[in-house]
Amino acid sequence: MAHITVQNVSLDFPLFGAGSRSLKKAIVRIGSGGRVARESNDTVVVKALRDLSFTISHGERVGLVGPNGAGKSTLLRVLSGIFEPGQGTVKLQGRAAALFDPSLGMDMEASGYENIFLRGLLMGLSRDELREKTEEIARFTELGEYLDMPVRAYSSGMLLRLAFAVSTSFVPEILLMDEWIGAGDARFLDKAQERLEGLVRQSGILVLASHSEEIIRRLCNRAFLLEGGRLLASGTPDEVFALYNARGAAD
Amino acid sequence: MNQLRLAFADLADGLRAWPIWGMLGWQDVRQRYRRSILGPLWLTLSMGVMVGALGYVYGDLFKTPLDDYLPFLTVGFVAWNLISTLVIDSCTAFIGATGYIRQLRLPVSLYLFRLCWRNLIIFFHNALVFVAVALIFKVVPTWQLLWLLPGLAIILYTGFWSGLVLGALCARFRDIPQVVSSLVQVVFFMTPILWKPELLTSRPVFVQENPFFHFVELIRGPMLGNGISLQTWAVTLGCALLGSLVAFFMFARLRRRIAFWV
Repeated sequence: MAHITVQNVSLDFPLFGAGSRSLKKAIVRIGSGGRVARESNDTVVVKALRDLSFTISHGERVGLVGPNGAGKSTLLRVLSGIFEPGQGTVKLQGRAAALFDPSLGMDMEASGYENIFLRGLLMGLSRDELREKTEEIARFTELGEYLDMPVRAYSSGMLLRLAFAVSTSFVPEILLMDEWIGAGDARFLDKAQERLEGLVRQSGILVLASHSEEIIRRLCNRAFLLEGGRLLASGTPDEVFALYNARGAAD
Repeated sequence: MNQLRLAFADLADGLRAWPIWGMLGWQDVRQRYRRSILGPLWLTLSMGVMVGALGYVYGDLFKTPLDDYLPFLTVGFVAWNLISTLVIDSCTAFIGATGYIRQLRLPVSLYLFRLCWRNLIIFFHNALVFVAVALIFKVVPTWQLLWLLPGLAIILYTGFWSGLVLGALCARFRDIPQVVSSLVQVVFFMTPILWKPELLTSRPVFVQENPFFHFVELIRGPMLGNGISLQTWAVTLGCALLGSLVAFFMFARLRRRIAFWV
């Protein structure tokens, strides 16, 4: 059974100005007691997440709601283990997969089949699993003989189909998504939506950040409202959107 | 304590992810010659042309017979190419993988394994030039050649550890790569690669006390059939062991922040 426990998680995110990226300036500043090259200290620390605590159990599909900069993407990256929080603990039970950027790790000079393999490995699939799945993935892309050609010959639509097919080829226990993804022309888009929704239904837990109220209402049975890195509310999508929209109107 | 354990887990997971770095390393090499007719030999050929041209000029300059100088120069170059690219590439080991680091949950040590693997592949491509030179000048291989394997292992091990720390520091301070590439250039001219160590009589300090000389010797000794001196073993193993110990503790401190810095 998939399960997520997050306890008192805070995360500070350093944003470096151009000056603070320089070792030379840092040495000059320290050497001069801060009188020279003061701009080398222009690091801003953003409190991206502040004291978050929650649990998500098997079967829950959580939509993350909030304005830009609320911490939705950062929270997803903390859950996936990319960012380790400065304070607090994150515990995940079950294999997690993050669908952030499906086309990452494509080698333009390699063939479609080679890219299926490469991207699959990056997603954490084993060689055996991949050998088993390659045919199914290839069929889903409908790219046929193109799969033997270098990917640089593909149109952007074809590239996206390939990326999408690999990224959604296995059902993780915990599925993390930053914005709902779509791919290709109208007909393929329908097929892609169907596959993605199937994936969501089969996975144990979904955490989805999206600006689309419609998508969250349709797919999620729970929602978090984030603002300024804080968890303001947790409840059904209806409750959370009522609060979120009311806050928007009040501003 | 916790960070030390996590750093260790990162290394173990990174090693275990060999299918990924194995593939990425090959991909890096292939991308350099994918669309050329010569294929992998492109790397070999460019090294061959360089060594041939330099050997012709410098052999005369140093008044050394070509059949003595050219094998020495070739192996030195092949060895230096491995060592210097290990250092220079580690500056961009993490910066160059920003997309991966920000999007995928992978151990960061994986990018250093990839780097070492890639440079090992390139090393063997370049070593073909030596095979050609050895055939032309009749350098007969001896059993000393077997020492090449532990020699390479020490070089890669040291490159891995120094790269882990250097890569992290370069992600934080973006002006380090320029400093490093200038230093590598200086070290190249001060280390006996173009010139033979016995030519430097009045300042032997640049040979015996220069760790880079000993790292080059790890490859040059076995390939030229001279073997590896006790002093070279001591210096390089000392650098490798002491360096990795220091690097491990630094890595444990820096590891978590790499994802924020890239």
